[in-house]
Amino acid sequence: MADIINFTIDGKECVAEKGISILQATQENDIYIPTLCNYEGVKPKGSCRICTIRTNGQFATACTTPVADGMEIENNTEEINDLRKSIIELLFVEGNHFCPACEMSGDCELQALAYRFQMMVPRFTFQFPKRDIDAGNPKILMDCNRCIRCKRCIRAIKDEKGRSVFAFYRRGENIKVHIDPELGSKLTDELAEKSVTICPVGAILPREKGFRIPIGQRKFDHEPIGSEYKH
Amino acid sequence: MSKPVIATATLAGCFGCHMSLLDIDEKILDLIELVEFNKSPIDDIKNFTKKCDIGLIEGGCCNSENVHVLKDFRKNCNILISFGECAIMGGLPAYRNPIPIKECLEEAYLNGPSVKGHNESGIIPNDEEIPMMLDKVYPCHEIVKIDYFLPGCPPSAELIWNALTALITGNEMELSYEIIKFD
Repeated sequence: MADIINFTIDGKECVAEKGISILQATQENDIYIPTLCNYEGVKPKGSCRICTIRTNGQFATACTTPVADGMEIENNTEEINDLRKSIIELLFVEGNHFCPACEMSGDCELQALAYRFQMMVPRFTFQFPKRDIDAGNPKILMDCNRCIRCKRCIRAIKDEKGRSVFAFYRRGENIKVHIDPELGSKLTDELAEKSVTICPVGAILPREKGFRIPIGQRKFDHEPIGSEYKH
Repeated sequence: MSKPVIATATLAGCFGCHMSLLDIDEKILDLIELVEFNKSPIDDIKNFTKKCDIGLIEGGCCNSENVHVLKDFRKNCNILISFGECAIMGGLPAYRNPIPIKECLEEAYLNGPSVKGHNESGIIPNDEEIPMMLDKVYPCHEIVKIDYFLPGCPPSAELIWNALTALITGNEMELSYEIIKFD
């Protein structure tokens, strides 16, 4: 039997198996920690920092930090939630997120987090960067205006030989997600659909289909993101 | 006690937010009981005739006239509200922002498919009577201080109504999940 450890989150006593991440441990205890770059079944990367918690006086990402016995975790506090909100605001200003014109509006995780944290306006200056749209692939369309560089597509979409279909191209603020032309041209319908689903925003869209779900039936129309957790 | 005074304006917007204001339907009769309108396209008062309590701004700033009107509102309104996505983040007009203004004007007046070959003298309008285009479309709060933000494209009539009545009555506003949407 696996070792069982005890930890607290915002003072609530919880138990978990040794060796799993703080994120997994809290989810098993029906507690919500917001995530964005994390995706179930994909190795955690800790790049978006939305799941930041504080333990032992240090900020850490819940998706990559293993839970330990006796750990005291701060999660749903005013300070940490404001920090998370500021990350969402930064993502909004550093891309071009025109929600009213986006097909993924209502199903977008970034937007849903903004709703959950009641972002009325970002506190930072809008950058309006020049970004590309790549319509070269027959099955999917890439709109880099909305890409938040979470790497979910790069990490999860692999061909039968395990090669990544997507990759980062250039560096720093010029970095962009690029579809490998050769692997992309052989993209199966299944993988194309998976890449659309795995993108948390509207950066990867299916071709020849649009606005598939009517307003009112979209994922985050009625319930905030994270509503499946009790706390 | 005199009624609170409201002014409204559309800058670089589509008037959709004002339409949403009218979508409060029969409650507009209650609104008229509660407030008095000053400068606004709704009553067609062109200039401020008195100091206002609340100013509602639709649309961002795409030219010098928008900036002028916005500053005039800031001067004449105690509380200024950005309502709608264009006022808050530039919205549809801000699609031009990543493109240099020179390229936008050349596309519109010289090279676009509907003008190519029809503008032989190659004129880009620059009469001083025409408001000067800004280098990009600015959200209102990047030009003047804005006190409150009502997101949505357009913000729902319910949101506008709740915000206005909360401000007028001094009660705290209830923000239910479904009332705040960016689309």
